[in-house]
Amino acid sequence: MSAMSNLVRAGFWRRVGAMIRKEFVQLRRDRITFATIITIPLMQLVLFGYAINTQPRNLPTAVLLQESSDVGRSILKALENTKFFKITQQVHDEAEFDRVLAAGEVLFAIEIPRGFERALRRGDRPALLVAADATDPVATSTALGALNNLVALALRNDRSIPDGGTPAFEIRTHARYNPAGSSQLNIVPGLMGTILTLTMLIFTALSVTREVERGTMESLLAMPITPLEIMLGKIVPYVLIGFLQAALIVGAGVLLFDVPILGNIVLLAALSTLFIATNLAVGYTFSTLAQNQLQAVQMAMMFFLPNMLLSGFIFPFLGMPVWAQWFSEGLPLTHYIRIVRSIMLKGSTLADLHYDALALVGLMLVAMIIAVTRFRRTLD
Amino acid sequence: MIAPGQASDVVIDVHGLTKSFGGRTVVRDLSLQVKRGTIYGFLGPNGSGKTTTIRMLCGLLTPDQGTGTCLGYDIRTETEKIKRQIGYMTQRFSLYQDLSVRENLEFVARIYGLPQPAKAASDMIEHIGLVGREEQIAGLLSGGWKQRLALGACTLPGPQLLLLDEPTAGVDPKARREFWNEIHALAARGLTALVSTHYMDEAERCHEIAYIAYGELLAHGTVDEVVRQSNLTTFSVTGEGLVQLAAELEKKPGIDSVAPFGASLHVSGRDAAALEAAIAAHRDHTGLNWKQIDASLEDVFIGLMAQAKDNVT
Ligand SMILES: Nc1ncnc2c1ncn2[C@@H]1O[C@H](COP(=O)(O)OP(=O)(O)OP(=O)(O)O)[C@@H](O)[C@H]1O
Ligand SMILES: [Mg+2]
Repeated sequence: MSAMSNLVRAGFWRRVGAMIRKEFVQLRRDRITFATIITIPLMQLVLFGYAINTQPRNLPTAVLLQESSDVGRSILKALENTKFFKITQQVHDEAEFDRVLAAGEVLFAIEIPRGFERALRRGDRPALLVAADATDPVATSTALGALNNLVALALRNDRSIPDGGTPAFEIRTHARYNPAGSSQLNIVPGLMGTILTLTMLIFTALSVTREVERGTMESLLAMPITPLEIMLGKIVPYVLIGFLQAALIVGAGVLLFDVPILGNIVLLAALSTLFIATNLAVGYTFSTLAQNQLQAVQMAMMFFLPNMLLSGFIFPFLGMPVWAQWFSEGLPLTHYIRIVRSIMLKGSTLADLHYDALALVGLMLVAMIIAVTRFRRTLD
Repeated sequence: MIAPGQASDVVIDVHGLTKSFGGRTVVRDLSLQVKRGTIYGFLGPNGSGKTTTIRMLCGLLTPDQGTGTCLGYDIRTETEKIKRQIGYMTQRFSLYQDLSVRENLEFVARIYGLPQPAKAASDMIEHIGLVGREEQIAGLLSGGWKQRLALGACTLPGPQLLLLDEPTAGVDPKARREFWNEIHALAARGLTALVSTHYMDEAERCHEIAYIAYGELLAHGTVDEVVRQSNLTTFSVTGEGLVQLAAELEKKPGIDSVAPFGASLHVSGRDAAALEAAIAAHRDHTGLNWKQIDASLEDVFIGLMAQAKDNVT
């Protein structure tokens, strides 16, 4: 029988429906799993969200004052008044500026160039040079993000500076050692993808092996139900669960971390659902390949780690070697991180994201095809 | 020519089934014919390949060699069709332990596409006497109730053929009797049942039996036929010092089995002359009472097993 006629075989959806129903009842009975569905994402978000986002404090900063001016002093004072920067030393020339940064004595070095004040008063938008050690992108980028507002605020009371709506000066940042730093807002979307990846993978990774270990597979295989029907019946309930989780995470992100959603929330929901289904399909594939639940979990973990590390969530995607970038294109999280960051922070549309959306569809289909063909129809 | 799946006389018809796991042959060249409406007992010691054979019949295992049909469908290529018309009760309880009685039955009903799953489940609950326990979680049922539920689940879709793998293991005598009454009632309606069991009394309730040991089918037919074919001569001994006697007899050539039955000892052998020669020295012992009896099915099976062991080793 061909796959196609299997697909349209009478009663296909009825059997899928029976399977879905059964999975839901089992899920409802399994109180602990049910509780983790709700609490794990929130716990992880709050824990990691605050831990990773904790506004870095007292970052050691060096200052190179090329002129002695009121404006310079105002800026320094403002810097010292914030929690971010702690001016630990004043350097006296460029060489020293570079040395303290390279030696790791400071994370930031700020240079107020000669003629800064004069240029400012003329409205020439002079540049304030900020060099950052970006080996810890989270720490530095958060501080850098804050710097802009900070300096603008510091100078607001200085009437002699023209107020043209645009900032009166330019902050020329130079993130050394790690050019593509991430910003505070990037963390929550990234966490959303990571949490969903982990939970979805585990849910379905256990689904087939659990039936095998409990012995129920023998009955199930003796019934007239096809591998495709079993797979859909096991994936669909978790799509709903995953959607609920995603909603919880977005809600918490907006409420707790003030993450904006600039783009279309329906698009975000749709592509999140696609991402959820892709991970469920991958987890399900592991479930059909593994001999027992432990193996399935190990496979899921082996898949999760590169997702987390290489997707651009933790290390900047563009900062990786090209081969690693190619490799990462095969990971669902890589595409989802782009999708979520773009929709939430840049307001991107489907037209901007069609490549990543198609990549997710492709990965999902590959996983499903492997799962259906590798599914053991017998106990051999 | 009878169309597949239609009422043909032979429901199971397989030849030369062979299956090995990791180089060890567990079923060897097994042929089996089961006629419609028969209750066919499948007997054999632990590990003899009963479960493996049943799994090959319903498509859960692919035979390494051999061909055949089940309900007229090829056991290699038409397993999907076979599955729709058989009820397979596994040796180990394999319904969902975390679903209730009703939920399990409704699940089965839906998978098989019964028109009113909820009603079908309710009717079956009533039929198997589980009213009042329908919301109980299957995993928490006692052993006997689990067996009933499992039988209910595999008869629910109205199969043509039941494959029951040790359905009464660990079930009390009353429940066993009810179970067998139910099987006979189903057979009377034209259902065929292949039942594996270790109980001799159950074997005698079957229309036909087959005995398998070390993967080979050693005997088949009605109980009487099997006993007759065995050509077994059996003596029953009563009296003093039976334990010591048994130890002495066991080693002698010509004696296939020595087994205590209550206060007596059954001594059997396939070669009547050899057996008589072997026991001759003990027959005149005072205090021992020798009597030739008809071999029981158990004597036959123990004899067959001893014989098979000789062949294998
Ligand atoms: N999937 C398998 N892989 C490896 N060996 C197996 C497998 N299934 C069965 N066996 C072996 O095949 C032999 C026959 O097993 P089977 O379960 O068919 O015996 P049985 O007659 O049903 O025994 P019992 O009366 O104990 O249920 C056993 O030795 C068993 O260990
Ligand atoms: Mg068995």
